[in-house]
Amino acid sequence: MEMGFWSGYVWPGLIIVLQIVAIILPMMGAVAYLTLAERKVIAAMQMRKGPNVVGPFGLLQPLADGLKLLTKETIIPTGANRFLFIIAPMVTFILALVAWAVIPFDEGWVLADINVGVLYLFAISSLGVYGIIVAGWASNSRYPFLGALRSAAQMVSYEVSIGFVIITVLLCVGSLNLSAIVEAQRGLWFCIPLLPMFVIYYISALAETNRAPFDLPEAEAELVSGYNVEYSAMTFGLFFLGEYANMILMSAMGTILFLGGWLPIVDVAPFNWIPGIFWFLGKTFALLFGFLWVRATFPRYRYDQLMRLGWKVFLPFTLFWVILTAGVLVAFDWVPAPAM
Amino acid sequence: MIISAIAFYVFAAVTIISGLMVVTARNPVHSVLWLILAFFNSAGLFVLMGAEFLAMVLVVVYVGAVAVLFLFVVMMLDVNFQNLRQGATNYAMIGGIVGVILLLELIFLLGSAAVLPEGAAGAHPIPKFDVMSNTHAIGHVLYTDYFYLFQVAGMVLLVAMVGAIVLTLRQREGVRKQKIANQLDRRPEDTLEIVKVRPGQGA
Repeated sequence: MEMGFWSGYVWPGLIIVLQIVAIILPMMGAVAYLTLAERKVIAAMQMRKGPNVVGPFGLLQPLADGLKLLTKETIIPTGANRFLFIIAPMVTFILALVAWAVIPFDEGWVLADINVGVLYLFAISSLGVYGIIVAGWASNSRYPFLGALRSAAQMVSYEVSIGFVIITVLLCVGSLNLSAIVEAQRGLWFCIPLLPMFVIYYISALAETNRAPFDLPEAEAELVSGYNVEYSAMTFGLFFLGEYANMILMSAMGTILFLGGWLPIVDVAPFNWIPGIFWFLGKTFALLFGFLWVRATFPRYRYDQLMRLGWKVFLPFTLFWVILTAGVLVAFDWVPAPAM
Repeated sequence: MIISAIAFYVFAAVTIISGLMVVTARNPVHSVLWLILAFFNSAGLFVLMGAEFLAMVLVVVYVGAVAVLFLFVVMMLDVNFQNLRQGATNYAMIGGIVGVILLLELIFLLGSAAVLPEGAAGAHPIPKFDVMSNTHAIGHVLYTDYFYLFQVAGMVLLVAMVGAIVLTLRQREGVRKQKIANQLDRRPEDTLEIVKVRPGQGA
């Protein structure tokens, strides 16, 4: 009985905790340096230098920013709903972290290899709106509330097209498991036959993470800073970290769905010597660079244009592509066999 | 496994408690948040039964979409819920009767499956998990045996959606709309005239 307790619960539990730490620590590092990368990339595009004072080439800037946020005072407005006001940034941050449990970094390198991995990712990313809408409501203030309402409508709209994009990929795979989705792309990445879906996924991911040119929830010219106006110190920091972690997550998801995850670009000698994890990270960072590039390039959308793009352009187009893909798969008898 | 038993009781207890809080919370926004907690714990119960597809769909559809719209409406509407609640006590009788009928029906249905197995022959057992994952199992019955019912359910939703749009759509006069096609059709030569202006003279 004693042996069963130790070998049955404690050691597996400890190993899982260690695996979680091994995922989250590099993740937080990536988030920290993504903020620096964003400032450096935008600076380069605008022919400035960017942060270059703290540490060599400004490499310690994220640490300085984090330290600043930690030492500031957390202010809770009198009219705010205290409990929800504090819980909202936590929700945003935790949701951005738990999604990583199902991401396969390399063949077999996954914390929870569940059957419905892609549905889990979709579910978690659709919950991200709660952090924002609860923050906006709990602040009991106009600008945050307007930002929260905008954000809720925007994220619900673009989720629909992301859902159809995922369905198209699933039709070509025949499984909801993320490792199976990557394996199905051996030979041909889905971004080639499904290129329009990849483009729509990428644009929807920008809208889903509230990034420019769809950053209307925090449009600083109209709403000061949107849903997080009333937040200060580390409560604001958690929103900030959650937003960047979500960007990395959406890029990783795009890598898995369309860019063949850990698979090399072609399966010949110099390419398949590189371990799969580096391919995965390289593709994710390439997509992330696109996020920053877009931010430095495009002006912000108007709200009605945003809604028009989501409902009148993406929704009919993705629906058409789902039917087209299904039709092609059936017509040429390419429908994949169920995995089990 | 004792862990799964503990997990079941935790999920079940939190589901029931948050269900009670949905109807007793004073603030309607809190009600919706309790409802979300109830959804989450029901999804946990589904996972414990090995129905992970249903669990994920519950989270995607109810928490990710329906409850967001609930929250949206409850935050936007300026309804005095205190007055509504006083009226609600008048209907407690009818609500109670409906609840009791539903409970009795459930007891009959589940009881008949235990007492009289051939009476509940319409309910097929699900395939074993080692034969087929539950996503495939649902697909097999949903798109074969229950195909027409599934399509009709979709049609009912479509009719409701069209109805809501018809009720709220109104054509307003004198509204200028952005016509993207017209904007894209514009050519520089249609609207642009390049004039060389000499210094000291107007255009």
